[in-house]
Amino acid sequence: MSNDAATAANATSTRITTPVTEGPDTEPPALGLGVSLPPADVRAKTEGTFPYAADLWAEGLLWAAVLRSPHPHARILSIDTSAAAEMAGVRAVITHEDIPGEGAYGRRVVDRPVFASDLVRHHGEPIAAVAADHPDTARLAAAAIAVEYEVLEPVTDPEKAFAAEPLHPDGNLIRHIPLRYGDPDATGEVVVEGLYRIGRQDPAPIGAEAGLAVPRPDGGVEIYTASTDPHTDRDLAAACFGLEPERVKVVVTGVPGATGDREDPGFQLPLGLLALRTGCPVKLTATREESFLGHSHRHPTLLRYRHHADADGRLVKVEAQILLDAGAYADSSSESLAAAVAFACGPYVVPHAFIEGWAVRTNNPPSGHVRGEGAMQVCAAYEGQMDKLAAKLGIDPAELRLRNALSTGDILPTGQTVTCPAPVSELLTSVRDFPLPALPKDAPEDDWLLPGGPEGAGEPGAVRRGVGYALGMVHMLGAEGADEVSTATVRVHDGIATVICAAVETGQGFSTLARQVVQETLGIEEVHVASVDTDQPPAGPATHGRHTWVSAGAVERAARMVRTQLLQPLAHKFGMSTELLQIADGKITSYDGVLSTTVTEAMDGKELWATAQCRPHPTEPLDESGQGDAFVGLAFCAIRAVVDVDIELGSVRVVEMAIAQDVGRVLNPSQLATRIEAGVTQGIGAALTENLRSARGLIRHPDLTGYALPTALDAPEIRIVKLIEERDVVAPFGAKPASAVPVVTSPAAVAAAVRAATGRPINRLPIRPQAAVASPNS
Amino acid sequence: MTTHAPQATQSVTLPASLDEAVAALGAMPAAVPVAGGTDLMSAVNKGLLRPSGLVGLGRISELRGWHYQDGHALLGAGLTHARMGRPDFAALIPALAASARAAGPPQIRNAGTLGGNIATAAPTGDALPVLAALEAELVVAGPGGARREIPVSHLLAGRAMLEPAELIGFVRVPLLHAPQVFLKATGRTGPGRATASVAIVLDPARRGVRCAVGAIAPMPLRPLEAERWIASLIDWDGERGLAPDALTAFGEYVAAACIPDQEPPADGGEAPPLPPAVLHLRRTVAALARRALGRALS
Repeated sequence: MSNDAATAANATSTRITTPVTEGPDTEPPALGLGVSLPPADVRAKTEGTFPYAADLWAEGLLWAAVLRSPHPHARILSIDTSAAAEMAGVRAVITHEDIPGEGAYGRRVVDRPVFASDLVRHHGEPIAAVAADHPDTARLAAAAIAVEYEVLEPVTDPEKAFAAEPLHPDGNLIRHIPLRYGDPDATGEVVVEGLYRIGRQDPAPIGAEAGLAVPRPDGGVEIYTASTDPHTDRDLAAACFGLEPERVKVVVTGVPGATGDREDPGFQLPLGLLALRTGCPVKLTATREESFLGHSHRHPTLLRYRHHADADGRLVKVEAQILLDAGAYADSSSESLAAAVAFACGPYVVPHAFIEGWAVRTNNPPSGHVRGEGAMQVCAAYEGQMDKLAAKLGIDPAELRLRNALSTGDILPTGQTVTCPAPVSELLTSVRDFPLPALPKDAPEDDWLLPGGPEGAGEPGAVRRGVGYALGMVHMLGAEGADEVSTATVRVHDGIATVICAAVETGQGFSTLARQVVQETLGIEEVHVASVDTDQPPAGPATHGRHTWVSAGAVERAARMVRTQLLQPLAHKFGMSTELLQIADGKITSYDGVLSTTVTEAMDGKELWATAQCRPHPTEPLDESGQGDAFVGLAFCAIRAVVDVDIELGSVRVVEMAIAQDVGRVLNPSQLATRIEAGVTQGIGAALTENLRSARGLIRHPDLTGYALPTALDAPEIRIVKLIEERDVVAPFGAKPASAVPVVTSPAAVAAAVRAATGRPINRLPIRPQAAVASPNS
Repeated sequence: MTTHAPQATQSVTLPASLDEAVAALGAMPAAVPVAGGTDLMSAVNKGLLRPSGLVGLGRISELRGWHYQDGHALLGAGLTHARMGRPDFAALIPALAASARAAGPPQIRNAGTLGGNIATAAPTGDALPVLAALEAELVVAGPGGARREIPVSHLLAGRAMLEPAELIGFVRVPLLHAPQVFLKATGRTGPGRATASVAIVLDPARRGVRCAVGAIAPMPLRPLEAERWIASLIDWDGERGLAPDALTAFGEYVAAACIPDQEPPADGGEAPPLPPAVLHLRRTVAALARRALGRALS
């Protein structure tokens, strides 16, 4: 795109403001890092021709259906599958008795039955599965399985889980972290207390779960699905099927949205079992209801806080109790709790901190990894406390935050020194000093978008505007000693480069980034990224920004090795080191421009391959008092939210979100902007509408009408005010993954703005309308 | 969702007139009529319904427009929300146009129809409180060219039912030539189901105010006493304005009528307070009714 076209596009698009400054005279580089390279699949996705798992088809396939428990807590007295098995068209019915291998699985902790055998621990737990020649037959057959339950009282209040009868042989306490840092007797002149509740956000991927399992002639099975952690899924499938891992292959299809772990093994394991049992390909596409029942949600959290500060507003001590509702199984609760406890004070300097965190088992829907896990819940609470403190001291909320802001060299309550860039003050002043959006008073009244929407009931006289600030932080990569390694291969032949890496493109932009890395290193324009399966070496789960960091790092190393292989003979011939040669536009040129040859000539028909690994420096688990260097890296952002609240109806419209983010280095400006916008919007959902409600353990509205995601009208103007490019020296390219921290911070910012507009405490997310109602005189 | 598996054969009829449609339904009693399909097809996709035959109403052009009769408009049941939202329709029946514009995202408004909204009779159907306030009548077509009329409120309350092989043909709505307002509270800024809605219709010829509250009960509620009281305060021959206090009192009257206090216990003592969520709903209804009447009288 020429600069003129870029300017024109910016002028017409009012929703996206990218601060990327392109001087009018400097031509942007055409290749490599720092360029807004569009994704290779953008056209297919826009035109609807991009294949997802739900589109797959195999000759003679059968359809699967999973029978799920209608009760959150029940003893299974008997399962009678005979009526289902006798139905015409039914080819197999399986229960826990038909599992040849391990009956339990778990991506992190093996504590979850593939099929419930004696006890049901949550609403929607799989009990049996059916394969039939038509999807309706499969569903009818699943419904015809007679299960006799003894319904038990569900444990749904996490505070009661401590004293309740164990719901699982592993006990109800999944993890307890008592973090102790500093002097327990320290006190401040001012004390504020608060109780905060965070609801259950669902990753709500636009494409529900789907998969196709195909038996192999050697007795193995291939599973085609949108897994975001294919090797882990392969291993747990192999254990369940009683096969060696080599005989199970997970082939990753297009991923239709993933902000948490995909896919639900509660589908994939029955699919594989049914394919092995029938010898036929078996397909399953989940309904939206099954999707909500099956996959993991964000941990509902209860937080109790006490902040001590001196008269100038400097924090003295933070005491907190954090209770995560893990649901029936452990999943990622341990990691979520570590993040919640470690970041319980936020990006502030706190000399003394005493944080107790628990993750407990209940009969509620299962919780697991959703991006910003742990950090998002505590952000809403500690920022609520900062607002309370500011109100009590009569200090401007932004000023109070600046007085306490963390910077490089400060120490976290876990005892870890912040060694990466931490430009927290600069982020906050950037959003604070950005001009506020104009009030609509000069525009014609018909053009106002009031809370409630264009055809809503909003009335200008009842609308109050509020401005709120929030600062957030997340860790990047797995924490507490997780081995965050990734392996990538780069092949160059005939002027075309191919990247082979099992990092799944979930929409985070890995495959685009991989192409840019190879373009940058090898100067080759045409780069393909191979599709992912488990025959490739593992690259780990697509979480915590790890593919931007370790997988892109592995691609870069492999590309550098190819570069050396390519340039070594030339360097020898020219009598100079490979560092003095440059590759650009298909030409290899020496530093002085005197010697030059084409890449094709240098390749001489050869094929070059290299495989490399990237492994960041190791971390350590938090010890028994919550201390340890648990995190590889940290990322920060500041958000200023502007909201309009109809104080009679309690309806809220977010007018603008101004964000400044610490990104290390911008590798792809347009992709970065979309990641930030998506994160902010997901955060707005958590702040206002997204709460998967359950009553006595039963999910109440498992559909997208009851679970309201933000629409285009709910998404505000998102202004990316500043991207601070202070390179993180330990990260490849110096770049920090950018998707999670806006999700963490934006709910707290919206809550702060609603607090400012209404004068109400706002201690619960999502914000219910009755909590945002205020008297017009206040 | 793509399902490549063979589907059970379905008979689909596409009649060109209302009577042909009635005849087709009579000939195949198990068939289901379908217009916009916005509710029916979601039930089919969920596996809740597997109709053995469909009678498509989309080609019946007489149902897709309206005509006039004795000071009334006869609205075809096949009018889409999108069509009703246009300015020419809004000039005739402003509240119905407003409810049509609020009835969901454009995809739904382009397909969903007035008749479908009535037949589905969901508590959150946006047209329903407006039809209740307008005291609309349904013209139902039966076998052999038979026509009968039933008030829409009787159908919604279950006092009258559609017989087999009957179809909603038209909706008879009075043309009142006076302000009408429909207001709806939802959970988000984007399209959403109503948590509460209020329709206010002024009838200057009969010196009446008619109000209906939607989404808070299985059918729209009419606060008749509040209507009569507020109509008695309005100076119909003059400015028609009301003091803010009167508007507020009307809102609270409507809300209390639709969401009454709990009954006191049989053994005496205080009635238990309403739960906070119900109290908020009552406040919402009060604010909507007050705003709607204020806008109708301004």
